Amino acid sequence: MTLPDPGTWGPMLAIAAMAVATYLCRLSGVALMSVIPLTPHVRRGLAALPGSIVVATVLPLIERLGFAAAIALLVAIGTMILRRSELLALLTGMAAISALRALGF
Amino acid sequence: MQAPRPCPLTQAGAFRFWMAMPPEPQTQTPAPAAPITVGGMWLGLRKVSVLMPGVIVFAVAFGAAAAAKGMSLLETVLMSALVYGGVSQLVAMELWRPEWTWGAIAGLAVVTATVNARMILQGAVLQPWFAQYRKTLNAFHLFFYTDANWLIGTRYHNEGGRDLGVLVGAGVALWLVWVVATIPGHVLGALVSDPRRYGIDLVMPIFFAAMIVPLWRGRQAAVPWVVAGIAALITAKLFDGYAFIIVGSLAGAVTGAFRDDTA
Repeated sequence: MTLPDPGTWGPMLAIAAMAVATYLCRLSGVALMSVIPLTPHVRRGLAALPGSIVVATVLPLIERLGFAAAIALLVAIGTMILRRSELLALLTGMAAISALRALGF
Repeated sequence: MQAPRPCPLTQAGAFRFWMAMPPEPQTQTPAPAAPITVGGMWLGLRKVSVLMPGVIVFAVAFGAAAAAKGMSLLETVLMSALVYGGVSQLVAMELWRPEWTWGAIAGLAVVTATVNARMILQGAVLQPWFAQYRKTLNAFHLFFYTDANWLIGTRYHNEGGRDLGVLVGAGVALWLVWVVATIPGHVLGALVSDPRRYGIDLVMPIFFAAMIVPLWRGRQAAVPWVVAGIAALITAKLFDGYAFIIVGSLAGAVTGAFRDDTA
């Protein structure tokens, strides 16, 4: 290594590295899609993407967080179907998870 | 400046790659950019306010974790302000150390990028909307782009909304709360010792899961989601970390892209 050691600047440099990495993630999807032509295939792929992101994020988390989390998410989805309100879904979901965890699940 | 609208079929991918770099940002959306209004920003603030209590507790928990790891208040607030990615910041706390080498810094950057790689896909989803606006403006508001923003923006855009102010308002408001709430967490330390008890760790998953309902377009359209879910579950079993989001999402998108050929 020809670079001098990070030394006391280590934490700041680590934060800067995280900030750059995160900002590049934020930019690159938008930048990428402005280069890729919107063919019918790409259009359909993009249409399927939001739901895919949601499911791909949530399912493994349920698997990791356990049974009580699954019930809480189902309660939230049920609330959403009935009332179409994120606030209400969040409240019922949180109430469900708090109750279940208090009961020892 | 303004190139004539090219025919999409004659534009080979490689050729477009060179063409796309100059100013002309968007070929497929002739619609002019909707104005960014203060009303839109207020709407975004209202939409995101639902999440504020959860974000506050999350930020306090991060501040407490950072204090426990020996980070100074300045470093903690800087990380919240500059990185602005809750999960990646908590993961960073797992890797935080008193002494830093260049290798450790690079490793942290890579881990951060993998945790936040979902933002790449989330940005791609809303790109057709963003493309109508100037690049500098996009570079600005994308700094505040988060899961919450993406969820709010996707629903708003699906319902026909086009005012980018909604995303700006929601993003800046959430950022401010996130940064400010980090401070009491750092100062008061172990006040929120166990955020799990109040279900704080489930705020984002609940918000994500609730999104399924407005996104629902019938069983046929949900087939890619099933593929995404299965791919994500398998990836989560095989690999630690958060690669499952990317693998699952891409699997769903690819399925969606090629399904209609056979149906």
